Amino acid sequence: MAGLAAAFGSGAMTNSIDEIEHTDLILATGTNTTENHPMIGARVKRAVRKNGAKLIVIDPRKIDLVKYATLWLRQKPGTDVAVLNGLMNVIIAEGLHKADYVADRTENFEALAQTVKKYTPEYVEEISGVPADDLRKAARMYAGAKRASLLYAMGITQHITGTDNVKSCANLAMLTGNVGIEGGGVNPLRGQNNVQGACDTGGLPNVFSGYQQVANDEARAKFEKAWNVKLPGKPGLTVVEMTNAAHRGDLKALYIMGENPMLSDPDLHHVEESLKHLELLIVQDIFLNETAELAHIVLPSACFAEKDGTFTNSERRVQRIRKAIEAPGCAKADWEIVAALSTKMGYPMTYGSAKDIMNEINIMTPSYGGIVYDRLDGEGLCWPCPTKDHPGTAFLHKDRFTRGRGLFHAIEYQPPAELPDTEYPYILSTGRVLYHYHTGTMSRKSIGLNERCPESLVEINPSDAQQLAISEGQAVRITSRRGTVSATAKIVETPPPGTVFMNFHFREAAVNLLTNPALDPIGKIPELKVCAVKVEAA
Amino acid sequence: MSNVPTITIDGKQIEATPGKTILEVARENGIYIPSLCFYEGTKNPGACRVCAVEVDGARSLVAACVMPISPGMVVKTDTERVKQARKLVVELLWSSGDHNCLTCERNGDCELQDLVYRFGIEKPRFDIDPPGYGIEDTNTMIQRDLNKCILCGRCIRACNEIQINEVLDFSLRGSHAKVGPAFDADYINSECVFCGECVNSCPVGALTFKQARFMGRPWELKKVKTTCPYCGVGCQLDLNIHDGKIVKVTGNREYGQPNLGSLCVKGRFGIDFVNHPSRLKTPLIRIDGELREASWDEAIGYAAQKLGDIKKTHGADSVAGLCSARCTNEENYIFQKFMRAVVGTNNVDHCARL
Repeated sequence: MAGLAAAFGSGAMTNSIDEIEHTDLILATGTNTTENHPMIGARVKRAVRKNGAKLIVIDPRKIDLVKYATLWLRQKPGTDVAVLNGLMNVIIAEGLHKADYVADRTENFEALAQTVKKYTPEYVEEISGVPADDLRKAARMYAGAKRASLLYAMGITQHITGTDNVKSCANLAMLTGNVGIEGGGVNPLRGQNNVQGACDTGGLPNVFSGYQQVANDEARAKFEKAWNVKLPGKPGLTVVEMTNAAHRGDLKALYIMGENPMLSDPDLHHVEESLKHLELLIVQDIFLNETAELAHIVLPSACFAEKDGTFTNSERRVQRIRKAIEAPGCAKADWEIVAALSTKMGYPMTYGSAKDIMNEINIMTPSYGGIVYDRLDGEGLCWPCPTKDHPGTAFLHKDRFTRGRGLFHAIEYQPPAELPDTEYPYILSTGRVLYHYHTGTMSRKSIGLNERCPESLVEINPSDAQQLAISEGQAVRITSRRGTVSATAKIVETPPPGTVFMNFHFREAAVNLLTNPALDPIGKIPELKVCAVKVEAA
Repeated sequence: MSNVPTITIDGKQIEATPGKTILEVARENGIYIPSLCFYEGTKNPGACRVCAVEVDGARSLVAACVMPISPGMVVKTDTERVKQARKLVVELLWSSGDHNCLTCERNGDCELQDLVYRFGIEKPRFDIDPPGYGIEDTNTMIQRDLNKCILCGRCIRACNEIQINEVLDFSLRGSHAKVGPAFDADYINSECVFCGECVNSCPVGALTFKQARFMGRPWELKKVKTTCPYCGVGCQLDLNIHDGKIVKVTGNREYGQPNLGSLCVKGRFGIDFVNHPSRLKTPLIRIDGELREASWDEAIGYAAQKLGDIKKTHGADSVAGLCSARCTNEENYIFQKFMRAVVGTNNVDHCARL
């Protein structure tokens, strides 16, 4: 998100989901959308099959979308910047960029042009393994489309160069005039139901709701006045930094509402040690998950079906959830628990309903100003929606970028932090499968989903499997510098030779025991998509 | 002169958009024409013929779902000839299947049953002769009873044109024709990804939600519109509630964006975690190394006291909080407010990065 915010001034999906189905070209990179966001995947497939759109897939894995693609570029994991620079090299060299748009609406083009100059298709082929001719074809196809929508997800962001990768996506889209138009855009597809909303409402260490900076005196003064309390101005710690601080003993207490770092975070041995160092761990959840098992206090929450509220989806659409049934036992809505704790600590929170809280969000958050419950019974509202008569915003940056001019970033390719060597000769990449979700807290308790996907499988390319003498269904051991897990082999063409793929849904084969916690320096996202491992028959 | 073609349906003059079908124009103008195989957003096959209408000058009855309008067209939807034709279609469909409404899950929510009732058919003129297929019972999510299938092809189009999963098609011919995955495989042994779009599109009881069987009649279910708790698409769906429990999840095409009524396997079949017996039901406090049940007063009191003590001893920045991409906007908002205003730290984050 930091990458898009730097380029455009706003870190969200620029265009709406509906536009994906009706555009001329889709470039999908680092997103296995048919498994991770199946209803966006269906849009992409309909765009291709029914509406004649072209599809370019840039992904090391032979994902389902490859079947629908006009062109598939299979880059080596972690070489995204090189590939994207290569596309821009061709576009500029062949004069296919939108010079008017670049001149009128963007800045820093010269620096970009200078940097991408050396990323000739042949040079990029050396780095990424993508044939130079395919790169040229893709560049011409993307630049030639009237409207092109760029989709990406964690395959782009979960690298130490995640922010660079995102900025490169933004560069490519701006270069071809694809930002601020219907059917275009740079669209990060969000993997969790309310990850957008959690960011929008200030669930980040550096901003209040609506991305108002805590370090900004004016913003802080506004919240201090409304909340009637003095507020700290120093940005706080991010998730992985919290774990490290706990490990060092600097962090004493952690209050977790609806998260499971004991399965989702990189290098789990380290996470577990860190959490055990805490004097106080409070976990509020719907199940006794892996993290709650370590807690000192566990607070039972109501789930989405048992309370009122709103979620904000990937396209910034704020939608209602509605209480349909009672919560089990004496479980309560998360907001009720937080309010009770706050009141007990001497700061009374007297909201009578989720709607009361939304009223405060409306006042404190300009982009949510007009998003009131009475307006949410239909199709919801996409922010920015500043006033009660504002219709919401389908696509951003229409005549002007949020930050004024779109900013090109000149970016050099950097290899991943940990590459294969003789001891750990394979790349491990991680992600989700269709039938499960995140740490499996919910999906592993579903009868149907477990029928379809009862165990963690490690995907191995047939050529590697042959070399390792591993056959389908055999137990294998995967070891990195940080740990070892066992899983069942699935011999399949999906991962490229030299790369194995695992999901992170199963505690029995917790892939994050292996992953590398090396962080992107700006986005602070760990490099979950590339680490070095060895693979053996167990 | 206006370019808008005018047509007449049942004596009513209607201005219509060129390219539309008789069925579309009639429905836009509140004129009833029944249909079974028609499924919005997919190609009209004109298969079931229950939408038969009379068009002046046409040699025979025409299927309203596939006949485009033309200027000056005169359509009659309610003549004796039309009624007899539609009735015949429904009688034939009824007699060629095992439509036993007594135990059918779709009783009260079945398009064939509705037409039988609307046309006042006591009994079909023909012997009831179901094909005698075995009921497919090999997975936990979708039950297939092809004896109730009316071969409308809606599931096939839902699979191929809406979800583009390209699993279902017709096989065999004539009275042996049937619908299913390649090589007559069961769903569980096919490429099916269990999105359930086929079940949502089925007008009769051939495809049903298996876990919802015998859990509540259609008219007993309360539908509550809400947002799916899984990925970031934010699909709108209906929780079907009976006796205080979620019985099944259905899509609703009237809800529009962002999912236009479609769902994936997680939204459709993955919501049963809500009813799982291992849900947390009471606060727990660790005493002597073990988590013991506690009251809310005890748990909140203990949490408040410990947080207060740690803040006092080590400073506000020795405390951190993780809010959640799974919780609501309202909850995340007050969580960060709590961390900032009450604890006094900006150490608040969530797993957006993971």
